Amino acid sequence: MTDVAVAAVRRRSRESMTVAPLLIVSSLLAYCAAAAATGQAAQISVDGFIGVLQRSVALGIVALGQTMAILVGSIDLSVAMLVSVAAVMASWWMQGDPRMMLPASMLVLVLATAVGIANGLLVTKLRVNALIATLAMGLILQGILSASFNNFAGSVPVDFQVIAYGTIGKLPFSVLFMLVLTGILGLILSRTRFGAHVYATGGNLEGARLAGIKTERIIIAAHVLSSLGAAITGLYLASRLRSGAPWVGRDGVYDLESIAVVVIGGTMLAGGRGGVWGTIAGVILFGSLDAIFTMIGVDAFLKQVLRGVIVVAAVAAYAFRSKGQGA
Amino acid sequence: MTVAAKHTKALSARGVAVIGRLNASYLAFLALLIVIACITPSILEPAGFMNFLRRGAPLAVVASGQLFVIVVGGFDLSVGSLITLTVMGSALLINNDPGKTWWVIATMYGIGLLAGLINGLVVTYLKVPSIIATLGALLSIKGLALAWSGGSPQGYLPDNFRQFGRLTLHDVPGLGVLPLAVIVLVVVVAVFTWLLHRTNFGRLALVVGDNAAAAALAGVPVRQIRILAFVLSALSAVTAGILLGGFSGVSTDAGDGFELQSIAAAVLGGAKLLGGRGSVPGVVSGALSLTALFTLLNLLGLPKPLRDAVQGLILIAAAAYSVRRQEWSG
Repeated sequence: MTDVAVAAVRRRSRESMTVAPLLIVSSLLAYCAAAAATGQAAQISVDGFIGVLQRSVALGIVALGQTMAILVGSIDLSVAMLVSVAAVMASWWMQGDPRMMLPASMLVLVLATAVGIANGLLVTKLRVNALIATLAMGLILQGILSASFNNFAGSVPVDFQVIAYGTIGKLPFSVLFMLVLTGILGLILSRTRFGAHVYATGGNLEGARLAGIKTERIIIAAHVLSSLGAAITGLYLASRLRSGAPWVGRDGVYDLESIAVVVIGGTMLAGGRGGVWGTIAGVILFGSLDAIFTMIGVDAFLKQVLRGVIVVAAVAAYAFRSKGQGA
Repeated sequence: MTVAAKHTKALSARGVAVIGRLNASYLAFLALLIVIACITPSILEPAGFMNFLRRGAPLAVVASGQLFVIVVGGFDLSVGSLITLTVMGSALLINNDPGKTWWVIATMYGIGLLAGLINGLVVTYLKVPSIIATLGALLSIKGLALAWSGGSPQGYLPDNFRQFGRLTLHDVPGLGVLPLAVIVLVVVVAVFTWLLHRTNFGRLALVVGDNAAAAALAGVPVRQIRILAFVLSALSAVTAGILLGGFSGVSTDAGDGFELQSIAAAVLGGAKLLGGRGSVPGVVSGALSLTALFTLLNLLGLPKPLRDAVQGLILIAAAAYSVRRQEWSG
């Protein structure tokens, strides 16, 4: 990779680096203000902050994968259904048997890889619009899953619940895992040839292809990463709920919310610009808002209204200054 | 011959012309009808076919509205929740008093107009991508519908409201039976066909979807056209909500799935995602094909989840086919 390319990548990922701290600090300030205003000062503590992070893990890991799909100029609407598939299949294959933990988890990850490759092939080889391709993939996954299971299926062994409930000191494994994963993906994006190719492919597909980048492989790889993120969240949810049910993904609205936090984090929907730290900042914003709404005692349905408005407002804050017509 | 029948005739004449231009959804629709007729021949009788059209009417209406947004290069994901809001809000406002039906319908169109305007303004002036903007609207509108009703279906719809979805006129010359919903469908399709294919607005909408920057440079009022597209989509969702409230009554999931099904119907009907091409009769045929497909899968005894899976496969096939077709036609 040339120095110019490296510099370009550094510049692109740095843009989201400036957004991230700002978003995180302002979300936490809003959280503290809400806690103070409602007389729940006890919430302003390390435990309170960790609680916010822990409630964001499921969305966070899906969103990290979604970031990769969006960075290459694609999108992944199949993640919510894949979360359900992963959660149900993990607990179905384990059936409470500790010896099955590793094989079942591996099978789930293999399954997710296959879904990611299928998504990637649909987008690159069949040239189906990514929205339609992944939406349809979601429908297919949901259809097969709901036809086979209609309730909590199987169970996970007690040992497996360590994923959701285990801690190092005060820090839950799951939060640590999310942050480490963000760090690794961040480094891959900013320091490796693959990362540079991801930005190049998303920024200018034709240009990247002419420059000799195997853009189809990059797009397929991004979809595999996105699917793996969804599968890991599925495993995490199975661990937290002690079993998997076919509605866990849809109820979490992971497809739409993951896209929302990625965009809030400063990654452009058109691809080629942004990064994973911005996404984590977006996730923390969502987590803080949820905590704030709960502290203030906002009705669950009104919460949904406010979420919709906030998603649009947050994206508008970026998009408003952009040139061009949009659509 | 009634006015409605004349419209139908005019449309089928147009339809024949479009088949010449390789719109596969007409052939798909015909093929599905033939397969269904092999299982239950009654669908080809006037009463059976009219009943089929009545069931397909809400999706066809929403998809025709959605087409305008797709043609200008966007997506409208809020139509499903707007349908739900229409059904639940009407039941709450009417409160079982048939005398209120008309102003409640007017109020619902007012809400639809407002929702469409907000979507359009957010997309054009705040430059939020339409997926995100209408996704936000989806969450907010559904949240409003649930907050308003307390989370469960409340109230009833009186008969004079439900007649749009339920009433069937008997002894209609030439047709035998004619459901009111089919008349609504024909009128909506006729107006939308005229708007997209016969007016300056329609031509400019296609131009905007094809190349917004060039259209703006050529002096096309791009923003107004986009806003109007979102308004049309929202108004068609309200119309579909009124029809659906008629035949299936009040529920919190009345409009679920319509956002994606309407986009699927548009793609099946030959509309190009991200704008620039589409025809109203094609999309109606796409919507009726989807309805026929669901009917067929139902007849074959497939559970609903598998119907979703088949819908996914069809979507991929239709989208892949439409890419190929654009290449063949240059």
